[in-house]
Amino acid sequence: MMKNTSSMNKISSAMSRLSNGRYLVIGVPYFWFLILALVPLLIVLKISLSEMESTSVSSMIDWTNGWPTVKLNFASYMFITTDALYYQTYFSSIRYALMTTVICLIIAYPFAYFMARSPKHIQPTLLMLIMLPFWTSFLLRIYAWKTLLVNNGVINNVLMSIGVIHEPIAMMNTPFSLMVGMVYSYLPFMILPLYANLSKLDMRYLEAAADLGASPFKAFWLITVPLSKAGIVAGSMLVFIPAVGEYVIPELLGGSDTLMIGRVLWDEFFSNNDWPMASAVAVVMILLIMLPMAIYNKSQSEQAESKA
Amino acid sequence: MKTDANLDLKSGAKPVLKPSEKLAVSPKMIKWFSQSWMIAVYIFLYMPIVTLVIFSFNDSQVATVWSHASLRWYAALMKDSDLISAVLLSLKIALLSALISVFFGTFTAFALNRYKRFPGRTLFSSMASTPLVMPDVIVGLSLLLMLVSLQHWLGYPERGLFTILLGHSLLGTAYATVVVTSRLREMDSKLDEAAMDLGCQPFQVFRLVTLPLLVPALVSAFLLTFTLSFDDVVLSSFLSGPGYSTMPMVIFSRARLGLNPTINAVATVTIAVVTIAVLASSFYTSHQERKRKRETAQAYSDTNK
Repeated sequence: MMKNTSSMNKISSAMSRLSNGRYLVIGVPYFWFLILALVPLLIVLKISLSEMESTSVSSMIDWTNGWPTVKLNFASYMFITTDALYYQTYFSSIRYALMTTVICLIIAYPFAYFMARSPKHIQPTLLMLIMLPFWTSFLLRIYAWKTLLVNNGVINNVLMSIGVIHEPIAMMNTPFSLMVGMVYSYLPFMILPLYANLSKLDMRYLEAAADLGASPFKAFWLITVPLSKAGIVAGSMLVFIPAVGEYVIPELLGGSDTLMIGRVLWDEFFSNNDWPMASAVAVVMILLIMLPMAIYNKSQSEQAESKA
Repeated sequence: MKTDANLDLKSGAKPVLKPSEKLAVSPKMIKWFSQSWMIAVYIFLYMPIVTLVIFSFNDSQVATVWSHASLRWYAALMKDSDLISAVLLSLKIALLSALISVFFGTFTAFALNRYKRFPGRTLFSSMASTPLVMPDVIVGLSLLLMLVSLQHWLGYPERGLFTILLGHSLLGTAYATVVVTSRLREMDSKLDEAAMDLGCQPFQVFRLVTLPLLVPALVSAFLLTFTLSFDDVVLSSFLSGPGYSTMPMVIFSRARLGLNPTINAVATVTIAVVTIAVLASSFYTSHQERKRKRETAQAYSDTNK
């Protein structure tokens, strides 16, 4: 990018005059995130390697020999890797999160595609209708599904009154109700990046494909889908990563036998008061979502670069 | 179809369609399919909300069986002092955390947008995006363990309003950063350069040029972070102390026990308030945009006289 050099010079000289300001602008938020985002994660790592002693965790540095020795306790991690409950729970969390992501993608991709193709003047309204439920409390919307899905709930009552079924269908506290709640809550996170991507698609590519004799389906598969890859990746990661650690939805809709790792962490902390165990569960969860998170960050920075 | 006509004008020749394709899927069928798909998704998104609102006016004690219309749950809501004090606490926290989030979020967005190179920038930007993607339970647990260690060393802070506020502000800052950054990216840097050419000091440039242009983004960042805080249950549960229950915490504990028609009444009130706020803010933004365009046009015509 070529810019006017004289104005660039002026800016850089003004910047150097304000180099103290630069330290302020960078330093203040840096410090904020360092204290509230990084340090807490390091403390979690530290506590996961300690032992629980009555009301607090054991100190890491041991002075009994006269010199400091670092005491690491891997008991919690041993427990996670050997006890079937833990690794089964991780496995089932990932499975539920993957299912949520795939179902969201199947529903959201055609939706975003049709939305991007609809007349320009109604698109802002369509977009706002997607955002609007997003602004109303997530907790209340999950609670609403409970009203709909319980045995004497609205759906069963309606179906029975019109005679489709004679016995209520047991939907609540099953993997089905969990998936409904998850897909429902995360669907906007999939629709929005896909729409943002598909609405920028250059229609001339498709015209060119049609001119060259490609069928609409072939053009869609060979042009639209590859070009919307960034949207698919961003949407999938925005759904998958938080879905792995979801707590509220399985607690309200999932019933006691749906295994989700967020609930295990919660129970270890609040019911068992076992801080090292809860921390170890958290550390393993972070390791599991590290890869998808790296993919997401990479695709985000690639997008930012292509914009610049 | 309209779009086809446009296509023809642009390309100058009719797109060649094989006869077989005409037989396979007609444009009418595609249109029908796309419209019903979209309507189905909107029904899926709005059905729970509509049910909540309808059943809030239900007289029955059973939350899912309709008897007849009444306002009894709203009357019950007015007398529910636990819930009312929880709403007030939530409002207080949401307001404060939104202000703090917008403040730090603007700082972060500026630092990341204006300074492309400084030591630890990668760490900084990943720290700023961590709260966006990290599951709530991990953010809550990690903040609580830090605050507990802090209390262990310093005897401060007690768990309560301040600690909840800190958690919400961390989450809010990350979201506010995203909103402000996207606005900064699309802003014309020539305006800043022009102001500097005309002798403005960097801070003056910020106050007189950048900040007024940022106002819509700051408003939407404020609304977003306010809603996030008002909605949060996981972070609050980790960070609150005895006697400090936010509205979502009260609703969550009641919803866990079973269905409760008072929740429907609370929901309806919040939905009404939120809908009005969102409509008002979108109206305000479009009004501002039109005003800005009008003023720009005016400025152009003045200079060309």
